[in-house]
Amino acid sequence: MTIRQLSVFIENKTGRINDVTRILAANGVNMTAFSLAESSDFGILRMIISDVDLAVRVLKDAHFGVSVTDVVCFACDNTPGSLSKILEYLAKEDVFIEYMYAFSQGESANVVIRPTDVNRCVEILKKYDCNLLTDSHLH
Amino acid sequence: MIWNKPKECMSREDMKRLQGERLKKLVERVYHSTPFYRQKMQEMDVTPGDIQSIDDIVKLPFTTKQDLRDNYPYGLFAVPMSEIVRLHASSGTTGSPTVVGYTRRDLSIWSEMIARCLSAYGADCHDIFSVAYGYGLFTGGLGMHYGVEHLGATVIPMSSGNTAKQIQLMHDFGPTAIACTPSYALYLAEAMAKTGIPREEFKLRIGIFGAEPWTENMRKEIETKMGVDAYNIYGLSEVMGPGVSHECECKDGSHIIEDHFYPEIISPDTFEQLPYGEQGELVFTTLTKEGLPLLRYRTKDLCTLTDEPCKCGRTNVRMSRIVGRSDDMLIIRGVNVFPSQIESVILEMEEFEPHYMLVVDRVNNLDILEVQVEVRDGYFSDEISKMLALKKKLSQRLQSVLGISADIKLAEPFSIKRSEGKAQRVIDKRNLN
Repeated sequence: MTIRQLSVFIENKTGRINDVTRILAANGVNMTAFSLAESSDFGILRMIISDVDLAVRVLKDAHFGVSVTDVVCFACDNTPGSLSKILEYLAKEDVFIEYMYAFSQGESANVVIRPTDVNRCVEILKKYDCNLLTDSHLH
Repeated sequence: MIWNKPKECMSREDMKRLQGERLKKLVERVYHSTPFYRQKMQEMDVTPGDIQSIDDIVKLPFTTKQDLRDNYPYGLFAVPMSEIVRLHASSGTTGSPTVVGYTRRDLSIWSEMIARCLSAYGADCHDIFSVAYGYGLFTGGLGMHYGVEHLGATVIPMSSGNTAKQIQLMHDFGPTAIACTPSYALYLAEAMAKTGIPREEFKLRIGIFGAEPWTENMRKEIETKMGVDAYNIYGLSEVMGPGVSHECECKDGSHIIEDHFYPEIISPDTFEQLPYGEQGELVFTTLTKEGLPLLRYRTKDLCTLTDEPCKCGRTNVRMSRIVGRSDDMLIIRGVNVFPSQIESVILEMEEFEPHYMLVVDRVNNLDILEVQVEVRDGYFSDEISKMLALKKKLSQRLQSVLGISADIKLAEPFSIKRSEGKAQRVIDKRNLN
């Protein structure tokens, strides 16, 4: 019940993010979600994409540093308090979140969570009947 | 003032005669007390008897820093440890630094040498010196310290760092002279200006700068910003420490303490001795040193020599500013750094590819070392904190090996230029020449 997230290390240089998106576009890889974490001299692009294996191969060929991580994705109502309720479950069960990102559209919102312990996070979300998403839901 | 007129103003003929006599004794001494030199001379089929004058020095073997390392720690000492009263060590490379040992007489000669330097800068027993070189294994602090005492002046053993306190004591204790690295001098001058304390509340008039190469432009800048006369002092721990040569009021080359150190310029390619005026590698023979006497020590510093008499009245040979190195050693904040040291640290860490670039720059008058290194596939992470931990790990290891901090810049795979043949690993933006 997890999703594979692709992370790309990028040096802080103008146009470098576009180098990634251009390569993905050229290979027909679609992005579902995307977030950029930044530090003083580099950034990490995190993406949920349609074909992780292909993207890893083409980005490595283009000399990008990449890593693949399992993350947890769930959908919740696009209403005040929906996310809070789920995060409450996780906090109560002591699931630590390294980072997360989300987007909402219409009635629902999709949330990507990178917990320290992925399996436990999935277990808790299942326990509380959260709407976990898999690759087939997203692409 | 000329501290030791008989030695500093000796005629060239008398100097050569004195150097010849001292060389003869030196060679006899090392031949009989240092197996390393005896073996080297035997390999070259030279005996002490072949050395009759200073010109015979070309028959003798060279000594390199590698020889000191190979004989670490005490292998080249020419006296028993019972006669060694002090040790210093150079920042050195991975594994073994180079250790130098001094007898009581060596230290006394060293102090007298520095008194000569300080006199040439116009200092006397009325001056107060703030010695802001590091005290410790580095020769700068203690070497200068005892030289100031020998002169009869007052020494403030300030050591390096803690700029705010340096400035406070410079204000309160009223030193008239300061000794430190030229880059620190510039930093200090700016910090002094920032305090808002009027310049006339400081009594500084003489600046003694060494341990790293500097330029005429830096001299002008220091003199303007700090309001001192800035003088060069040259030395290296293997040979003695600071004071091997010094400028005088003419600021036209550094006078070599030639009765103790015989200078030569050689071609770094053919190792042939070159005539005065030609640029090459500076080589010193320690004519009087007891603890660690060295024959023809290759400094790797490139410069020229002249025996033209100086307007100040001194007749000894003068050396030009150091214009470069015949090896790849970098001097960063006064510390000797070899790219190979950084390389060996990187090679030990599986998180990194063996591709790196060193960028040295001077920002706000302080040397900055940036190490760009490629992260190895498999060590990229989705977490910023893990990537920052990689930086920290490398930076801590470099700090422990080099003794100075480095900024680490993580680089993408294959982003550091691969070169065919000899890799260009260093970009030095300091523009010292």
